[in-house]
Order: sequence, then structure tokens, then C-alpha cells
Amino acid sequence: MKAIARLALVVCLCAAMSMASAPTPQPINQGEELARIEGATGRYGGRLVVGQRSEPKTLNPVTATDAVSREVFERLHADLIGINRATQKTEPALAKSWKMSPDGRTFTLKLRKGIRFSDGHPFDADDVVFSFTVYLDEAVSSPQRDLLLIDGKPLTISKLDQYTVRFSLPRPYAAAERLFDSFAILPRHILEKPYREGKFVQAWPVNAPPAEVVGLGPFRVKQYWPGQRILLERNPYYWKADRDNHRLPYLDELVFLFVGSEDAQVMRFEAGETDLINRLSSENYSLLSKEQSRTGSQLTDLGPSLEYNFLVFNQNDLAGKKLDGIARKQVWFQDQKFRQAVSAAVDRDSIVKLVYGTRGTALWGNVGPGNKMWVNQSIPHPQRSLETARQLLKSAGFTWNAPGQLLDRTGQPVEFSIATSSSNAQRMKMATLLQDDLTHLGMQVHVVPLDFRAMIDRVFQSFDYEAAIMGLGGGDADPNPEMNVWLSSGSTHLWRMNEAQPATAWEREIDQLMNEQMVTLDYRKRKKLYDLVQQIISEQMPFIFLATPNILAGAKAEIGNFQPALLDHYTLWNADQLYLRNTERAGVR
Amino acid sequence: MRNKVRIRLLIFILATLHAVALFAGFFAPYDAKDQDRNLPYAPPTRLHFNGASGFHFRPFVYAEVSDSNGYREDRAREFPLHLFVKGGSYSLLGLFHSDLHLIGVDDPARIMLVGSDAFGRDEFSRLLFGGQISLAAGLLATLLTLAAATVIGTVSGFYGGWIDESLMGVSELFLSLPWLYFLLGVRAFLPLHVSPVGTFLLLIGVIGLIGWARPARLVRGVVLSARTKNYVAAARGFGGSNLYLLRRHILPETFGVLLTQAALLVPLYVAAEATLSFFGLGVSEPVPSWGNMLATLQHYSVLVSYGWLLAPAAALVVTSVIYGMLADALHPRRS
Repeated sequence: MKAIARLALVVCLCAAMSMASAPTPQPINQGEELARIEGATGRYGGRLVVGQRSEPKTLNPVTATDAVSREVFERLHADLIGINRATQKTEPALAKSWKMSPDGRTFTLKLRKGIRFSDGHPFDADDVVFSFTVYLDEAVSSPQRDLLLIDGKPLTISKLDQYTVRFSLPRPYAAAERLFDSFAILPRHILEKPYREGKFVQAWPVNAPPAEVVGLGPFRVKQYWPGQRILLERNPYYWKADRDNHRLPYLDELVFLFVGSEDAQVMRFEAGETDLINRLSSENYSLLSKEQSRTGSQLTDLGPSLEYNFLVFNQNDLAGKKLDGIARKQVWFQDQKFRQAVSAAVDRDSIVKLVYGTRGTALWGNVGPGNKMWVNQSIPHPQRSLETARQLLKSAGFTWNAPGQLLDRTGQPVEFSIATSSSNAQRMKMATLLQDDLTHLGMQVHVVPLDFRAMIDRVFQSFDYEAAIMGLGGGDADPNPEMNVWLSSGSTHLWRMNEAQPATAWEREIDQLMNEQMVTLDYRKRKKLYDLVQQIISEQMPFIFLATPNILAGAKAEIGNFQPALLDHYTLWNADQLYLRNTERAGVR
Repeated sequence: MRNKVRIRLLIFILATLHAVALFAGFFAPYDAKDQDRNLPYAPPTRLHFNGASGFHFRPFVYAEVSDSNGYREDRAREFPLHLFVKGGSYSLLGLFHSDLHLIGVDDPARIMLVGSDAFGRDEFSRLLFGGQISLAAGLLATLLTLAAATVIGTVSGFYGGWIDESLMGVSELFLSLPWLYFLLGVRAFLPLHVSPVGTFLLLIGVIGLIGWARPARLVRGVVLSARTKNYVAAARGFGGSNLYLLRRHILPETFGVLLTQAALLVPLYVAAEATLSFFGLGVSEPVPSWGNMLATLQHYSVLVSYGWLLAPAAALVVTSVIYGMLADALHPRRS
């Protein structure tokens, strides 16, 4: 009897705890310049649970380097100008308007008046100046600092009045307003002290006291259970309202559950423990769509993503590296015809079919059909042709022996290995398909699955690999984030790293074109320059582009305003507008 | 007497099993590496007897076609099953070449008795070719282990003293190491690419060398007790050398233990190969082994959607059970 009473007490307590209500939205004050969101309205209340692959490492938006931390803290903070993930266009955020000077070198932003941080402290230009001072501080070494350097020189920021700031750029910078999307504005009243004391890097770990983690985002931290989950609650001072003048967000609470792998995410979603699933593989997508009627979920296929998967040959300068075996093979890898032959032999349609279960798109360039603003439509999409491949190899001096093995000029058989990350099942499959494709040309190819870290180390540092399958892109539609891939001095110039000088004429040309597009303000002129870059890349083939997956996402049917997008964060970018259609049920979970 | 019959029967079954794997080229309808990119994850092909023209004694199959709902049989044409057909060429033991296969159907139909994998490769053919690798690895690693165990166990038991103590100390160390983690770590230091043959030999070496400790201790025990037997002492009294004693009197004593150990170790090592390949430490694609075939099941969606890909696991279980029964029969428990 006692036990039952105790159990009842525990149940009551649990219920009370779960009912412990989130703060109600603050009434809207006169003179508070809120952002008005048009579109569907929702209703207040409820909790949304999202499964995450791993635990965030930090809540500090300046020093974070991993995507999982970003997934969480982007819900806690806001930026000056945002990129609307659905339209891929910029829209006012904390800055209600902005103006660029005719010479393209100064950028003046008007901030929203009367809005507050999640602890009720008012926001003004000092917070903006403080934030960018921190981002630019070399001692903090923010991974985003590079984005604020133009020609190696930092932009400067000045406060004009309490609600106006001005950025001065060393030279014109195309699409500069897109840059602001990834910079969270920090609360000066909280972080200035640790910054002055030189302790900024340690500020805001995941287990920081919730009251200290203050931001301008739709949510604020309520509680954190190490290794299990992090609970966010509504920011009652959030600066957006719906068209009926209800302050957003609708949700009371947002929970990130740390579940492990993608498979675990899918299982939790199937079991109804999570409400939303961010990026699905095609296999899991078709698995969930089979059960759609039972689970009542909404699944979305958004079409081709902006990421590109490719095969890259090691063309690095190996002098003094003791990698003679690889250096010998570089004679092939540096031969444009060899790369073109490999590309001609790749069966991209099969990759789309077998790797992505037709939920993907074949690629012949770095910009795929998902990026409608920038794709160069005139790049040819040649069908797979072993005949073309053989012709190309023949004209490059390759021959075949009696058993059909491909031999180079010196009579050596063509044999190389393709490294790929063993944790990425899709790229592993691509490697196996490529291996079979290239066997038809008489090449002997080995697939080498590597631990992701080991793979990155080989590609970026030791150059001890022959070819690798990798993926890039997916951040923004604009060409500027791609600068570090295509500039010969770029940090992700994978096929030939750390070039002091462009090694080839075409790399020099790409350098010029990329630098020029960066300072060209007119979209049409920029597009022409970037079209040319894409054309050179598709002819020279430093990468052999393979395919891009579709963006696949899923959510419970009861989630309203669910509007997944092609850009990261695919599903939670509009978390402030998500709501539960049936809040009574949602409330007691 | 009945036990002898049982042993013979079990050995016969095992011999058949190994022969089928050995002659996989003949028994498998297709090559293990042949991809049919139109038939990924095709379900097992069904054999039919009742067709449009009534009942046939010769079973036939329909070609599989896929649409948005998955696979269905194209009933327009029947493809009878043929015996001893010409197909892709293969080599037996690397010695002679042939293109004769036990069963086959005409193109475009395919006979996939246990379905196909992600690349449209025939799972049944891969099962047989994979069996070659897995069973050979098990047998060779067992030989290696037992050879090492016999030498170390005998030396240890026969000579005793500090030799015995140091050897048994090492064996304890070997027994206590967490091998799987150790091997995962070792892989990082191996060269980027090791040829399939190289990997195979490496695999056998690794499995064989890890496992010597336990049988070595058993052999040592037998040698230790045999050493003090009266007939050994007598032989020594007549002037028999150490080598003579070992050869004539002591080693034969260990024979029974070794045989039982062999029957126990083979399935254990077949499973060890599967474990290592499952984690990507064994032979790599496209060469099949039971372990790397099972590796695709690490993905939840594959595991719940394509049950026929569990076939290698079934093969592993059957092999282990038969070997286990053999070990039991070889070493009858005395009540």
C-alpha cells in the first residue's frame, strides 16, 4: 500500500515537473520594433523533441567548430542579417535595414530598437561592436574569423549611434550581407568580463549555468543532462511576432536528445520518441515512407542538395615526402586526359540509383541543379562511354596488354587505391561502383576504407593517398564560401594543397576569376565569371564529380509550419515558427 | 560403436560443405563480383513448377522487373532452369579453368537463390565464394594455432622450470589482451593498401597467433602428466633421448586433445574472421567473405528490409553447430 502511495507521489511529482510551465511570452511594448512574420499562424504550447547524433561540445558560438554544437546554439542566438532558408535570399534580422555605399565599401546597418536579450537586458549597437571585436580577435581564434578578412585585411566596425553601426570593407565584397548570417550577436553585459580577463574561450561550455547563456534567439537553455539531453525553453523576449501580433516562438520547449547514430535517430523517430528528423539517407527515407500510414509522419524530398561528392586524385607536390610509389603514379593523375577518361567511365546513373535509391542527382560540375541561381546550365552532361574513355587513354599513350590490363607509357600496369571514410556508407558504395567501372578500362582499383580522421589527415597533411572520394559544399548557395576550394592558395584546395603559386595556367585563371567575382557587385556579371569557373573546372577535372543526394527530412504530422529547406539547418531553421497542432497531447509528454 | 558412425557422418557432412565451397566456381551460378545494377536488393528468385502451360517437372523462373513499388515477376516469359550450363569462366584452385556451372537460366532472367545485395550481386554465389575465404581462414588459422600450441606447450611442459614459467606468463598476457580493440588500433599502422591475398594471409596470421595460448596450456597439461608416467620413466631409464621420448611416448598422448581442439577452434576462427571482416579489418570489397557480407547489415534500414542478406549468418551457425557436434563426438563425456 505504501509502495503504491509512494509511486503515486512520484508520478504526481513527475507530472508536476513536466507541467512546470515555460515562461509566457512578454507583452509587446510600445516602441519595440519587432519583426513581423507573414504566413501561417500557429498556437502556443508543447514540446518538440529532436534526436541528435552526438552531444554538443560547447554553447559558445564564437569558438565552436562542430556542426552538432551549431545545431543547438543557433536556436539560442540571432544574427544581424539572415538568409531565409526557404527562399535562399537575405532578410532583415536584428538589423531592420541596411545600405551599401555606391563604391561598395561601407555598409550601414540600422538595428531594431527596444528589443531585449533572453534575460531581459536591452540590446543595442554596443553588443554588435563587442561581438565583432571578439570574432576578429586573433587571441580568440574563431574559425569564422577568416570570413571577415578580405584580401587578408579585416573589416572594421564602428558605432554611429545607439542603433546604427557601420562596417568598412578594405575593398568591395559581393553579397557582403550574406556574410552576416553565420555571426551570432553576443550579450556584452555577460561576456565582456570574461573577454577582458582573457577567459573568453572557456566561456559557455555545455554545462554552463543556464542563466548565464543569454542570447537573442527564439530559445534559451533551461537544463542540461550530460550524455542525455539538453532542454531549451521559450525566450519570452524574442523579437519576432506572427501576423496576429503574437510573440514567437510558439513552442514552450525544445529538447535535443543525444541518441548516437543516424540509425538510432530513425529508430527513435519510428518509436515516436522524437518528433523531427533532420537529414535522412534514402534507405531510411524509404523505410519510413513504408510506415508512413502507421506513424502518421510527413516526409519531404526537397530535391538535390548543394553538396557535391567527387573523386580526387592526389596531385600534391610530394618532394621530400618519401612517397615515391605515389609520385610515380602522379604522372597519370596529372594527365588531364587520364582524368577525363576516368570521368567518362563512371556510371553516374548507377550511383544515383544504387547509392541514393534514385533520390539523388548525377553531377558533372561543382554547382548542381539544386543551386538555381548559380548553376551553369551549359556544362555538358555526357553519358557514360567506355569507348570515349578508351580513346582518351589511347591518345594519352596508354596501351593494353593481352589479358586487358591497362599499361602506361613505361609499361607499368595502372593500379591505384581509392580511400574513403568507412563511416560514410554512401561514399563506400560509390567507391565499390567506381572500382567496378574502372575495371572495364583495365585499371586495377582497390577500395581502402579509412577512419574519417585518418582520411582527413592523409588528404590534408601527409598526402599519403592516391585517390579519395569526398564531399564538399552545402553551406550557402553563394560562390564566396567556395573560395577556399578553388583558389590555389585556399585551405581546401584538395588536389594540390599549399600552393605558393598556381601550378597550372588554368588554376591561375580560376584564381583571377574567383577574386574578380568576389568584388563584382552586379549579379549578372558575377554569374558570368562564376560560369566560366565552372566551365574550366568541368574541363580540367581536378575533381571528378559524381552525384549529390536529395535533402530528405521527416516530421510528425502534428508539427505545423514544417518547411524544410535545402540549406543547413534543414528543418529547424524556422524553429521559432514551428508549433504542435495538438498541444494537449504534446503537453503531457 | 555408434559414436564412430556419428563421427563418420559428421565428417562426411563437413567434407561436403567444404567441397561445395572449394568448387564454388562450379556450384555458383555467377561470379561473386558480377554486378547487375538493375537488380539491387532483389528478393530471392522463386522457383515455379506451375506455369501458363500447366505443370512442369523442370522448375522455371520469371525475370524480375522493378517499379516504384519494388520488384515483381514478369510473367510474360518462363525461363526453365538448366543443369550444367556454360557461363562466366572461373578457375579451380588456380589450376584449371572452366565455364561450366551446375545451374543457370537464360538471359535476361537471373537465378538468385538467396536474393541479391546492394550492387545486384548474387548473394548465393557470394555465399559460396565467401565460404572459400572464411572456411580456409578458419582451417589454416587452426593449423597455425595448433602447430604453435604443440611446440610451445610441449617445450613448456617437458622442460619445465623457468622456460615453463616464462612461456606460460606470455600465454597469460595473450589471453588477457582485448584483441579486437588492439587490432582496430593496429590497422591504422598498416600500409594504405594491402592486396586481398596479403590481407588474407595477414588475417590467418593474426587469428592463428592470437589463439595459441589456450591450446598451448592444454598441451602443456597433457605433456606434464605424461612426463611422469612410469613407461616414460622406464624409456628414459633405457637411455631414450628427450627427442625420442617426445616423439615416441609424449606427443601421441596430445593427439586426442589436439583433434578436439581443432574441431572447436575451426568454427571459432571462422567466426573470428567474420568479426574482423565485419569491422573492416579483413578482406575488402569486392572479394566476399561471410564477415564483410554481413557488414552491410550494420545499417538499420538494410537489416529490417532485406532479410535474405542474413544468409551468411545462417551459414556461420550451421558450420559452427556441425563442428561443435564433431568436437562433442570426438571427446565423449564420461558419465
